[in-house]
Amino acid sequence: MSDTIEFRLNYRPVRLTVDGERTLLWALRTDLELKGTKFGCGMGVCGACTVLVNQEAVRSCQIPVADVRGKEVMTIEGLARNGHLHPLQQAFVDRNALQCGFCTPGMILSAYSLLLRKKSPTEAEIIEGMDDNLCRCGSHQRIVQAIQDAAKHMRR
Amino acid sequence: MSDKEFNEPPSATAGALDLNRRQFLKILGGGIIVSFVPVFAGDPPEALSAAQPRLPEDFNAFLRIGEDGRVACFTGKIEMGQGIITSLAQMLAEDLDVPLGSVDMVMGDTDLCPWDAGTYGSMSTKYFGPPLRAAAAEARATLIELAAERLGVPKNRLQTSSGVVFDTDAPAKRVPYGDLTKGRRIEKQLAEKPPLKPITGFTISGKATGRTDAVEKVTGKARFAGDIALPEMLYARILRPPAHGARLTDADTSAAEKVPGAQIVRDGDLIAVLHASPDEAARAVDLIEGTYTSPKTGLNDENIFDHLLGVAPPGAVLAETGDLQAGRGIASKVIEATYRQGYVAHAPMETHTACANLDGDKVTVWASTQGPFPAQREVAAALNMPLQNVRIITPFVGGGFGGKNRNRQVVEAARLAKLTGKPVQVTWTRGEEFFYDAFQPAALVKIASGLNASNRIVFWDYHVYFAGGDKAPTFYDVANKRTTAYGGWQETRRAHPFDTGPWRGPNGNTNTFARESHMDVLAAAAGEDPVAFRLTHLQDKRMLRVLEAAGSAFGWSKAVAPSGKGRGVACVIYKGTHVAAMAEVEVDTTSGRCQVKRVVCAQDMGQVVNPEGAKMQVEGCVMMGLGYALTEMIRFRDGKVLDRNFDTYQLPRFSWAPKIETILIENPDLPPQEGGEPAITCMGAVVANAIFDAIGIRFHELPISPERIGQAVKRS
Ligand code: FES
Ligand code: FES
Repeated sequence: MSDTIEFRLNYRPVRLTVDGERTLLWALRTDLELKGTKFGCGMGVCGACTVLVNQEAVRSCQIPVADVRGKEVMTIEGLARNGHLHPLQQAFVDRNALQCGFCTPGMILSAYSLLLRKKSPTEAEIIEGMDDNLCRCGSHQRIVQAIQDAAKHMRR
Repeated sequence: MSDKEFNEPPSATAGALDLNRRQFLKILGGGIIVSFVPVFAGDPPEALSAAQPRLPEDFNAFLRIGEDGRVACFTGKIEMGQGIITSLAQMLAEDLDVPLGSVDMVMGDTDLCPWDAGTYGSMSTKYFGPPLRAAAAEARATLIELAAERLGVPKNRLQTSSGVVFDTDAPAKRVPYGDLTKGRRIEKQLAEKPPLKPITGFTISGKATGRTDAVEKVTGKARFAGDIALPEMLYARILRPPAHGARLTDADTSAAEKVPGAQIVRDGDLIAVLHASPDEAARAVDLIEGTYTSPKTGLNDENIFDHLLGVAPPGAVLAETGDLQAGRGIASKVIEATYRQGYVAHAPMETHTACANLDGDKVTVWASTQGPFPAQREVAAALNMPLQNVRIITPFVGGGFGGKNRNRQVVEAARLAKLTGKPVQVTWTRGEEFFYDAFQPAALVKIASGLNASNRIVFWDYHVYFAGGDKAPTFYDVANKRTTAYGGWQETRRAHPFDTGPWRGPNGNTNTFARESHMDVLAAAAGEDPVAFRLTHLQDKRMLRVLEAAGSAFGWSKAVAPSGKGRGVACVIYKGTHVAAMAEVEVDTTSGRCQVKRVVCAQDMGQVVNPEGAKMQVEGCVMMGLGYALTEMIRFRDGKVLDRNFDTYQLPRFSWAPKIETILIENPDLPPQEGGEPAITCMGAVVANAIFDAIGIRFHELPISPERIGQAVKRS
């Protein structure tokens, strides 16, 4: 069943004619050609597909695209503005908080929503907030440090 | 990591190589081109020695300095997170004397890059680095010659710096590399090693450098195989059997055919649904009713070890010193134990993925693979095409760990592209990834050993089943020792109920778990501190140095285990790298949960090209190793793989992460050695030993899961 769904994507309005039951993940990756959002498990248990819906981290493999009607969606492609990396992206670069980079978009967007909820998270709060995002390469320690650095930078 | 099946082929690639060179030189146009072959200094690892004679004789990689001054390095190796995209560029930039930012790495493209066996075994820096540096030095010498002509200055007055040749007497007299190559085409083949820069003069190599691919990866711009979009591309989902060994007897595709836009393809054993939307393809494939035979092997993750012992090939002695019988005769205490480890999955975050495009009689496949050239051969065979008509392009790979030496998805995409005449993407689901993974083989080790009256080990009789290999013999100083292997880790795949293959640190994880656990068992029997006990059994200077370095960083103080402190130690000599790891754990005896609080790793890996990269690799080893130590093991029953996603197969998480401290021992006299694998092999034993120290219970089987800890506590 095709449906017309309008929402805002990375600060721009989009209109999609699509079966509203399809997952947001594949609508983003195929219809909207944004490849930064990754597929890792399809079950909501890895976090690679994380995007922001109304500033909240959401697993895009778990929600139908119809759910974002009228909402504000942000993917990793929308984070850097005017050619400037977001402080979280910069901190991931500076801390070398990635290896293969496949989990990275999901990590950064999960951290983004975490920092919106808590401006000065403790290390324990970061660990708790990120615990359901998986990284097989083992960049965990550096990711926690990067989030701390970014939080500091963003408070300034 | 390697697998004999993939070390290929003399004649077929020779043809491809000629073509590569022709194509390559055509594409290159002007510039200075230096080609080179990796040199195998020292002992090539076992897998490589089989492959080496087959490597192309004339050259194995190129570097080119273009007219724009940019330097391109073409290599069949691939980047999967291990960081060679940075460390190889660093080595090249150092000896050529150009800024790191002017180097472009062109990796894993079978049309542009010369043949390569595959990216595994942490061998890239060790074997590829020295000739790469030599080629860079050769190119630099050539540039100086050209500059001497151009500037009319004797060679000995010329120096290079940051991509420019200048006159040391009149530094204003200078010419950039790009200008020197303009309008010319100079081909050089590296015959002999020109002198390399002394390590003391390094400004790029050996310095902590961020990843050159980081910005692409944090902005979502980095392209992985599944990110390739081709016009009219279809997404495929393939009907899969419920169990290994199950054969399809019937398939009802009528319901799937009703899904609008779905195209069903059947070609022998391959039944697939193709659709412009991947989720629609998934919905349709679920509607296919396949009928299968259900094989009853009777095998499961509990009885597998008995099965393996039953089918083990006869033993072969891998190493022997002294006289075991004589050693046994003087032992006052004899201690025997068996150690086990189940099947472990690779579980990279990116599943096996490929996009294939057929264009006339040629096919191009973008693939998530560790071996683009083996993949090329597999596709050529499956499609019955000449090798040179198949091009494999390897974008960034989202983790490999040995698992992406298997290229099944590459062949599937190519077959489906041929069958449909459309570009096809195959992205495995997580369930498919677990099902078809070539697991680290389950293996066992039986050790009989003895101490004399002064607590020296007087004999060590080591029997390893299905994990035989170079990591089995002990490096400890024991007068009478023998290592017998019943099946190597790679040539016994048929004994297992599913595919097995190289997994980060092949044959290192089980053997190190067994050896280092048993050293602690002996230390406890001797009433000695585990570190002190090891020190009395070590002569190897590099090993002594890393053990002492780890001890002082960790703050190890002498105590006999179990001391209640919850600390453990484990050591390994992994090819040319020496590691000592120490860990501190806390065990909650009620929940069975083991929290690893701290890990110190001291590593001597010879020269370190990228210290930051080396530390990242050690941290990756520690985190990934915690998985096989504490939770990771594939459960299965009659060919059915029961763990098919991360809900039941538990990967290490943020909340498990210990504080990791890496100490890189300076050893500039030794060329770079392996860095991506050694430390992971220590993780089983260092955790088992720390748990013993904490609660006095010795675990002989990995993983040491909360359930196992809970049960053991109850029994004790
Ligand atoms: S792909 Fe959505 S959580 Fe893993
Ligand atoms: S960087 Fe590879 S999975 Fe996280």
